[in-house]
Amino acid sequence: MKNGELVRLRNVHKRYRREQNEIRVLEGINLDVKEGDFLALMGPSGSGKSTLLNLIGGIDKPTEGEVWVAGESLGSLSSNALAAWRARHVGFIFQLYNLIPVLTAYQNVELPLLLTRLSGKERRERVALALRLVGLEDRAKHFPRQLSGGEEQRIAIARAIVADPTLLVADEPTGDLDAKNADEILTLLKRLNEEMGKTIIMVTHDPHAAQRAKATVHLEKGVLQS
Amino acid sequence: MKYLRYVVAHLARAKRRTFLTVSSIALALFLFCTLRTVMTSFDAALRASDDTRLVVRHAASLVFPLPLAYRDRLAQIQDVEHVGYGNWFGGFYQDPKNQIAEFAVDVKNFFLIYPEILLPADQRRAFEGERTACLIGRGLAKKYGWKLGDVVPITGTIYPGEWRLTVRGIYAGKTEDIDENTIFFNWEYLNESMPDVRKNWVGIYWLRLHSASLAPAVSDRVDAMFQNSPQPTKTETEKAFQAGFLSMMGNVSMLLTILGSAIVFAIMLVTVNTMLMAARERTTEIAVLKTLGFSNRLILMLVGAEAVLLSLAGGIVGSAAAYVIFRNIDFTGGGMFANFRVLPETIGFGLLLAVFLGLLSGLVPAIQASRLQIAGALRKVA
Amino acid sequence: MARIPLIYNVRNLGQRRVSTALTALGIALVAWVFIFTLALAGGFQSALQATGSRDNAIIVRNGSTAELTSIITRDVAAAVESQPEIARAPDGRPLATAELVVVWNLPRKSGTTTNVVVRGVGPKSAALRSKVHLAAGRMFRPGLDEVVVGKMVAERFQNCSVGDHLKLSGRDWNVVGVFDAGGTGYDSEIWGDVELFMPVFDRPVYQSVILRLGDNSHFAALKKRLESDPRMSVTVHREDQFYAAQAGALAGLLRSLGIFVTLIMALGAVFGALNTMYASVGARTKEIGTLRAIGFSGGSVLLSILVESTLLALLGGAIGCLLALPVRNFTTGTMSFTSFSELAFRFAVTPGMLLSGMIFAGAMGLVGGFFPARKAASMPVVEALRQA
Repeated sequence: MKNGELVRLRNVHKRYRREQNEIRVLEGINLDVKEGDFLALMGPSGSGKSTLLNLIGGIDKPTEGEVWVAGESLGSLSSNALAAWRARHVGFIFQLYNLIPVLTAYQNVELPLLLTRLSGKERRERVALALRLVGLEDRAKHFPRQLSGGEEQRIAIARAIVADPTLLVADEPTGDLDAKNADEILTLLKRLNEEMGKTIIMVTHDPHAAQRAKATVHLEKGVLQS
Repeated sequence: MKYLRYVVAHLARAKRRTFLTVSSIALALFLFCTLRTVMTSFDAALRASDDTRLVVRHAASLVFPLPLAYRDRLAQIQDVEHVGYGNWFGGFYQDPKNQIAEFAVDVKNFFLIYPEILLPADQRRAFEGERTACLIGRGLAKKYGWKLGDVVPITGTIYPGEWRLTVRGIYAGKTEDIDENTIFFNWEYLNESMPDVRKNWVGIYWLRLHSASLAPAVSDRVDAMFQNSPQPTKTETEKAFQAGFLSMMGNVSMLLTILGSAIVFAIMLVTVNTMLMAARERTTEIAVLKTLGFSNRLILMLVGAEAVLLSLAGGIVGSAAAYVIFRNIDFTGGGMFANFRVLPETIGFGLLLAVFLGLLSGLVPAIQASRLQIAGALRKVA
Repeated sequence: MARIPLIYNVRNLGQRRVSTALTALGIALVAWVFIFTLALAGGFQSALQATGSRDNAIIVRNGSTAELTSIITRDVAAAVESQPEIARAPDGRPLATAELVVVWNLPRKSGTTTNVVVRGVGPKSAALRSKVHLAAGRMFRPGLDEVVVGKMVAERFQNCSVGDHLKLSGRDWNVVGVFDAGGTGYDSEIWGDVELFMPVFDRPVYQSVILRLGDNSHFAALKKRLESDPRMSVTVHREDQFYAAQAGALAGLLRSLGIFVTLIMALGAVFGALNTMYASVGARTKEIGTLRAIGFSGGSVLLSILVESTLLALLGGAIGCLLALPVRNFTTGTMSFTSFSELAFRFAVTPGMLLSGMIFAGAMGLVGGFFPARKAASMPVVEALRQA
């Protein structure tokens, strides 16, 4: 894509109907994110930042407008094609980690690789690498409830990067953590951005977190403030 | 199957639910196998019957006897190889609850008619050579602990009084379908003990033919021969005779089918509910999997596979339990069943049913899971 | 102990409609199977029990447990009929009859064949069976080739309607009437003139003598006199006990089959109910924490959950009872092993059976609710509140 743009949104609207009322969440968003960028998306509660992130991550579709990510127009993809696209291009990091409670840390990290054609041996190597990157090789056999919040989030990050996606999207990744753990997570994200060239879009309402990003945009009542 | 581990991990972690669900399906399948075995046990006599054997009885009903004089006339009919005969002897051992099947048979031709009855040659000679001797099945020997040489007192209900029979042989059936809970004794002993008016009457005749294809023609010849005598006959293959006997039992199979369907249906409802709840608790998790790029179809298969796996596990436990239990206990249903054994086909049918039950109970949750909208499901929690 | 209002439980059940409906229906089916098997065994037993009357005695050959295997010669019959304990008919003659019983293989309407009891009866026979009355046509006339049939025979067998010709023992018989024996075993019989039947069926002897006692308490004396007479060699039974004994084995077998099936099925359903209640309690963790925080005790929570599961089970039980009501219209036939012929009977659904079904369902609810309730009650409040 021209100018190394990884994400491009044009006139994106998102509206929900809830019973009789129409809720306008996003109104005419235009946004470009370059490859290798680390963008913080800020805004108060209900401003639509999570919805915007979901559109970019391809788990929601705009009511109007177009979303291009990594050269694909997401609106035109079927839900199956979108799923395959997500598996290849996007890694998700959630506020509440969303690890699968019945699987071990290792198995959680391995999940995205199940969707690839990698052999068992290759999968093992990739998982080990990802766990090493987040510094939790020794926690491979632990179940999520045996881990601290910070550890859970690092496992979630390992899961997000294990398939080597182009784009990482993080929704309040430090929202549920104390300051020390939050700092470690942000440092990790920064390293991923700087050392491995991952493009990261992070939703946050914490200015300290936003400071660690390369750029910040503000969303207010469904409109980007520049 | 790299995904199998994911499915198994869920079953292994939700131990209580897995245990309860597997158990409830196992119980249903155990009942299913038991009820079906009731049906197949009734049919054992059909499977044991041989198409080269014909049964000749009084045309009106089994309860009317035929004259002994028919024996020689039957033997002269074209294509009849051997003629045997016997009388059903209703009786019990010590207590009316211990009903035992007894037949008084002509010892001379009995083994020609029934080569499926196996016993050592010396026991056979001993049986043939003694008026009050009897043959007992292996099942009876085990149940009552009777040994060779024991004198067994049998109280007759059709032929009143106490009949003392000496065990001279213990037979085994050639196949599993042969009843091993019957007493055979000498027809002459019975006949001699009768008052003159009841002497020389025979309950049924057996005819043995060279080949099954002769059966229709021989049946017609027999019935035509006695058509106008005071005791007309009805001749049919052993299988048809047994089928007629079973049909007198009435619609047992329908009743059992009603019960069986109700059981399977009830457990299916319960299982559907469990699967629905299991899937509902995992709404977020399924949304996360979809976010990671799991396609709708893969999600459908994973949820469905979990249901099938649970159900199949229950099916295996339930039918194996039925198989083992009925192998090891002597259940006869008050003497109604000769061999109460779970057939392999019943187990196969049960496992098939378990898979079907799993598919059916996993269907709705699997479809729900595959249709789940990610954004909405994640918002519920966050 | 503060009671959590019942409406809370009702609302909860209403909230999870699908789950409530599935669980209730599952329990309903268990209750239904329970009542169904009881009704089957009960119907069979009451058909046979009602066949005999307390005021009648039946005399059969010594050792016979059924009429079919009994022989009563004309001399013995005459001697029995002259006993002083016998009640008198309005015509002054003893209220007693000697009867002939044979079974005959007849085709059912479905095409299969089975044995039917054919009974040769005398002039006093109908008077001895108070439940028997003519439902259609007329009574047979003695000495003619005429028979009357029980209503179950008319319903289930070929050539057994009024006006039909029935072939028995080489003769054509006109079916001139159908009698209703009030659901007793006689409904499955064919009746004709005993004096005509004896030569036609080539039977020189009777099978039984039935008589009405002038005074119920004279039974013992009659029994003692007849049974001690060596020339007679007969057994005297009270008629109701004679038939009840015939029912015994098979009814017992049916009942134990029913209980066996129902208990195992109930265990399976309870496992399912446990799953449901555990999940329901799990989903409500925070809510239960809130109730506890407000000040309801663990006991209140336990009771409330128990009430809820029992309510759910009783709902299922009630549905099961409703579904079981039409069962009373089922008629089935089975071979009675003593008469070696078909006995048709109607399923008997009694209020007692419905009540047993409800109690059974309620018990399932209690058991299925207890463990989840205990879990809910013992949850630490703070932890429960922290749950998502």
